Amino acid sequence: MDRRTFIRAGAGAGLVAASGGLSAPAIGQGAAAKTLRFVPQANLANFDPIWGTQYVVRNAAALVWDTLYGVDANLVPQRQMVDSEEVSSDGLTWTFKLRSGLKFHDGTPVLAKDCVASLVRWSFRDPMGLMIKAIQEEIVAVDDTTFRWRLKRPYPKMLLALGKNNSPCSFIMPERIAKTDPFQQITEYVGSGPMKFVRGDWVPGAKAVFEKFADYVPRAEPASWLAGGKRMLVDRIEWVIMPDPATASAALQNGEIDWWENPIADLVPVLKRNRNIRVDIGDPLGNIGAFRLNHLHPPFNDVRARRAILMALDQEEFMRAIVGSDDNLWKPLPGYFTPGTPLYNEEGGEILKGRRDIEGAKRLLAESGYKGEPVTMVVAQDQPVTKAQGDVAHQLLKRIGMNVDFVATDWGTTGQRRALKSPPAQGGWNIFFSWHAGADCINPAAYTAIRANGDGAWFGWPNIPAVEQQVANWFEAKNLDEEKAAMRALNKAALDNVVYVPPGFFLTYTAWRSNVSGITKGPLPFFWNVAKA
Amino acid sequence: MLTYILRRILATIPVMAVVALFVFSLLYIAPGDPAAVIAGDQATPEDVEKIRQSLGLDRPFLVRFGEWVWQIARFDLGTSIFTGLPVTQLIAQRVEPTLSLMVVTLILAIVVAVPMGVLAAWQAGTWVDRTIMAFAVFGFSVPVFVVGYILAYIFALELDWLPVQGYTPIAQGVKPWLENLILPAVALGCVYVALIARITRATMLEVLQQDYIRTARAKGVSQRDVLFLHALKNAAVPIVTVIGIGVALLIGGAVVTESVFAIPGLGRLTVDAILRRDYPVIQGLVLLFSFVYVLVNLMVDLVYTLVDPRIRY
Repeated sequence: MDRRTFIRAGAGAGLVAASGGLSAPAIGQGAAAKTLRFVPQANLANFDPIWGTQYVVRNAAALVWDTLYGVDANLVPQRQMVDSEEVSSDGLTWTFKLRSGLKFHDGTPVLAKDCVASLVRWSFRDPMGLMIKAIQEEIVAVDDTTFRWRLKRPYPKMLLALGKNNSPCSFIMPERIAKTDPFQQITEYVGSGPMKFVRGDWVPGAKAVFEKFADYVPRAEPASWLAGGKRMLVDRIEWVIMPDPATASAALQNGEIDWWENPIADLVPVLKRNRNIRVDIGDPLGNIGAFRLNHLHPPFNDVRARRAILMALDQEEFMRAIVGSDDNLWKPLPGYFTPGTPLYNEEGGEILKGRRDIEGAKRLLAESGYKGEPVTMVVAQDQPVTKAQGDVAHQLLKRIGMNVDFVATDWGTTGQRRALKSPPAQGGWNIFFSWHAGADCINPAAYTAIRANGDGAWFGWPNIPAVEQQVANWFEAKNLDEEKAAMRALNKAALDNVVYVPPGFFLTYTAWRSNVSGITKGPLPFFWNVAKA
Repeated sequence: MLTYILRRILATIPVMAVVALFVFSLLYIAPGDPAAVIAGDQATPEDVEKIRQSLGLDRPFLVRFGEWVWQIARFDLGTSIFTGLPVTQLIAQRVEPTLSLMVVTLILAIVVAVPMGVLAAWQAGTWVDRTIMAFAVFGFSVPVFVVGYILAYIFALELDWLPVQGYTPIAQGVKPWLENLILPAVALGCVYVALIARITRATMLEVLQQDYIRTARAKGVSQRDVLFLHALKNAAVPIVTVIGIGVALLIGGAVVTESVFAIPGLGRLTVDAILRRDYPVIQGLVLLFSFVYVLVNLMVDLVYTLVDPRIRY
C-alpha cells in the first residue's frame, strides 16, 4: 500500500464510521418527561452509606434503602418500615414488628434477620449505634417479621437513633449484603426503598441513575421528610454531576436539567431573574461554620487563648465571606446548635455578641502565655466555605497579634493532616476549618464535633468533662424540659471552654425549573412527591 | 518498517516502567488521605484509621508497589478505592467522550489552522497576516474556560442552537453527538489552532523563499497549486510534528474543557481521582496517558514517511 492509498483508505473509513452512526436511534428521549434530571451537591463516588458517610451518599441512599423509622419535618421519628414497636416497662427490651408487603429490589421479602444484620453493621459506624452497641445484651430475629433488641441500660433515644437523617442512617439491606465488614465497601446495591439503583448506568463522577421500584408500598400517611408515604411521581431520576457551577447554572436556564441542589450564592441573582426557574432556601436547618482549634498543643491548649478568639471574632465578617451580601443566607450564632430548632439556646453566648474586643483579646492571649510562636492554620482552598473562613480568620488572628503560618492546601490534604496529633512543627496543626450540616447540630446525637471526650473526640481532641457530662445528661433526658436544661448547660460549658469556634450559621439555596413541583425544604433533597409537568 | 514499529512498541515498556515507578513514588509521598475522604467529615480518627487499614494503605511502600506492578503485569490496573469498580472499567466508560472530543478538536484545528497559516504566509505583512496572527495571540492568551463560557453563553443560552453541557454517545446518532461536541471542541481547539497556524506560517514563509517555488511560479503554476501542492507538502514535516506535540496540549486542555462542559471523559476522571486521592485510578490514568503519548509520537514518525517519501525506517 502506498501513502496515497493509505490516506484514501483512512478517509473512507472515517466516512463509513460516520454514516454508520446516523442510523442509530436516540434512546431515552420518549421517557424524558418522566425523567427528573438533578445536579447533586457533589459526586456520588461510592454507594455504601455505612462505609462512606458523605452527605451525597446518604442523599442517594435514601432513594434506594428504606429505614425502620424516619424523622419528619418536626424532627420527630415516625414509623417507616416498622408497623409497631413495644418497649418493656424497664426500658431494656425493644421489640419491633415490620409492616407487611416490604420487598427488596431483587424481589425477596424484607425479613427481621435483614434488619438485625443491617443494624449490627450500622452500629459499628454510627455514634448513636456505638452507644447502643456498648449497652447491648443481644439483638435477634424472633420470627420473619419481628426482631428484639435487649439492652443492659435503657436508651431513651432509640427511635431517634433508628430514624435520624444524619449520616450514617440505619438503612436496611438484605442480610447477605449487610454482613459485609462495616469498614469494607458493599458490592451490591439492593434496597427496599422507592427507587432502584441502575448500576449499569452508573458513571462515577458523571451520572447515577435511579428507576422507580414498582413493588414499593408507600405508607398511607402524607410524606414529611423521611417519614410518611414516599410516592414517586417520576419514573427515573438522573443525577448529573456538574463540577462547574456556571455550567450547572446555564444548564438549568437552558432546561437541560430540572433541579440544582446547591447553586452558589453568586449565581442565584441570575437564576432569580429567569421566570422559568424557582429559587428558595433548600435546607432550613442550614450549616454551622467550624473554626477548629487543636487542644493538644500551645497556644490553644490554654482556654484563655481559645476565648481570646471568641472575644475578637466578628461572625458577620465570616458569614459575608461565605454567602456574600444576601442577608437571607446567614444568622449570627452565639452558640453551637441549629437556630430555629426546639433545643436551640444562647446560654453563655454573650462573648460572641456586641462590639468586638480586640484589645481584650490581646490581653487574654498574653495572659495565656502566647509570645508570638507560629500558629499553623491549615486552609483547604478547594472548598469555598473553608477558604472564606480561612481568609477572614487569618486577618483576625493577625489583628490580635498572632503569628500565623498559613498553609494553603486542598481538602484531601486537610483530611489527612487534621488527623495528626503531632506538634505543628512536626507536621501537625493548630487550626483548620470545616462546617457542619445544621441537621447534625440539632442535639448531641449526631454532633460529633461538640464532643469533648479527649482522644475519642473529633479532630482537635478537646477534653472537657463538663461538656461530656451535659452530653450524657441529654442522652439520659426523659422529656423535653430535661433535654432543654441539658442543652442550655451544654451550650454554656462548650462556649466557656471553647470546644471550637463557631463562625456563624449560613443557609444555601436550591433551584429548579418551574415545571417541577413538590420540592420541599429539608436537610436532604426529598424526591418523593416531586412531579415534572 | 515493521521491525521499526515493533522495536518502537517494545521501547515503550521501559518508558512505562519508569513512569510507573515515578507516579507511584510521587503519590506515595504526596500528602492526602483517601480514607479521610471516604469516612466523611463527621468520622472519628479511629474510623479513618480502620478504613485506612482495610484499604491496605498502612502497608509499606515496597509491598504496595510490588502488588501494583504484579497487577499491571497481568494487565489489571486495580480497583478504584472509592467506587470499588475496576480501573479499566472506569477508563473504558470515559474513553469515548475524550476520544471524540480530541478527534473533533484535532480535525477542526487542522482544517482551520493549516489554511490560516498558509494564507498568513502568502499574505505576509498585510492586514490579512496581521489579523490571523492577532487571532493566534488571542488563542494562546485566553484560557480555555473563558472561551468555553463565552461560547456557551452565546450559542447555548442566547441563541439556543447548541446544548450547554453533556455528551451523547455516537451510537445514539451523529447529530446529537456532534451537537454536544462543537462548543467544547471550538473552546479546546483555540490554542491548538493558534499553535498550528503560527508554525504553518513560519514554515511556509521559509519554504516560499526556496528556488523551486520561484521556478514553479516562473513555469506559470497557479498560486493555489504553488501554495498547497508544492510549498505545503514540503512544509508538512514540522507541521505534523507540532500536531503530535499538540496532543499533549489536548490531553491537558481536555481536563478543563470536560469540567466546563460537563463531559464525562478521562480529564474529569483524572481531576476527581486526584482530588480524592484515588491512587489506583490516578496511576492507571497516568500510565494510559503516557502510553497514548508514546503512541502518538510513533504515529507522527510514521506519518513522516507518508508526507516525505525520502524518510524511510
